[in-house]
Amino acid sequence: MSDINLQRRNFLKTAAGAAMVTVAPGMLLFDVAHGNPQSVGKVRWGMLIDTAACVPGCNDCVTACNKENGLSGGTAATDSQWIRKIEIKDISSGREVSLPMMCQHCESPPCVDVCPTGASFKRVDGIVLVDKHRCIGCRYCMMACPYKARSFVHEPLQDQNPDVPRGKGTVESCTLCVHRIDQGGQPACAEACANKVILFGDLNDPESAIAKKVKSVVSTQIRADLKLNPGVRYQGL
Amino acid sequence: MKRLVLLLLCLCVPAVWATESSLPKIDIGKGGECVKDVQWMRKNHMHLLVHQRDETVLKGVREVKNSLKNCIECHASIKDDSVIAREDSFCVACHKYEAVKLDCFECHSGVRKSAWLKRNAK
Repeated sequence: MSDINLQRRNFLKTAAGAAMVTVAPGMLLFDVAHGNPQSVGKVRWGMLIDTAACVPGCNDCVTACNKENGLSGGTAATDSQWIRKIEIKDISSGREVSLPMMCQHCESPPCVDVCPTGASFKRVDGIVLVDKHRCIGCRYCMMACPYKARSFVHEPLQDQNPDVPRGKGTVESCTLCVHRIDQGGQPACAEACANKVILFGDLNDPESAIAKKVKSVVSTQIRADLKLNPGVRYQGL
Repeated sequence: MKRLVLLLLCLCVPAVWATESSLPKIDIGKGGECVKDVQWMRKNHMHLLVHQRDETVLKGVREVKNSLKNCIECHASIKDDSVIAREDSFCVACHKYEAVKLDCFECHSGVRKSAWLKRNAK
């Protein structure tokens, strides 16, 4: 009898030990791990968009995004739009500016704050994503986002891009083409833009083209008053 | 005693025959042993997939071996490049037999990536 109890106690001890080992490095890794081991915890991906070079009416970035991520390209209220072109006009001067608008990948994202399930999250490298395994489709994040960057999938989808899983009942938005970034590429929109309007790179690396440019030219964050510190900056607004 | 044994044997034969004929017929695609042996994988593949999914989504670790995409790459049917298209497709056949709902493919593509890329090359 006592022998059995002893074994049971040992078993519980081992089990508890194993749980500690797996939980502790897991939690540690969650904070520091990253797709690119060389840049653990240091990278902040971002974009600098030169609105002066952005051609009104040009939709190349939107088309590229739709193709890469398998979006229908529709612009109805129930269609997913990860990036959209916006034309704005200063009424007093008449100056018109065209710019692409998408998830701004905030440092303090309101969508993450409000998510009741932890599906909305920010990766260590600053990319804000939806974990669709955890998303329950409540759309609270869509209401919280000041940039209207998120969409809800209303209809069942077929034939998704194997790299970009998407499905009915979940919220989605620009992922900065995370599947490309993890393999050393850059987002489809930045690659597609003929005028090189979208400069993509690591804001934290002082040697990167984007960090140098952000340092030397005037750039603004949209709704900077909200103090969300978006990773996407605009030049010439 | 003899009679009893004979009776038991008679009962066993149709039972064995029935199980063998009702086992799922699976189109295993290219197949092969990539991660672990067949029995182990039958029992544990879901744990590998869930672990890999969290690694990939949360940390961006796109390790290839245990990824759903890699499973599909080998196990999609040679005929239609899919693990879900038919009743005897790799995932569907067993899940139907075991009556376990398969919801991966509401979001994920069940098609071999190389085939998808070829089809969407334009």
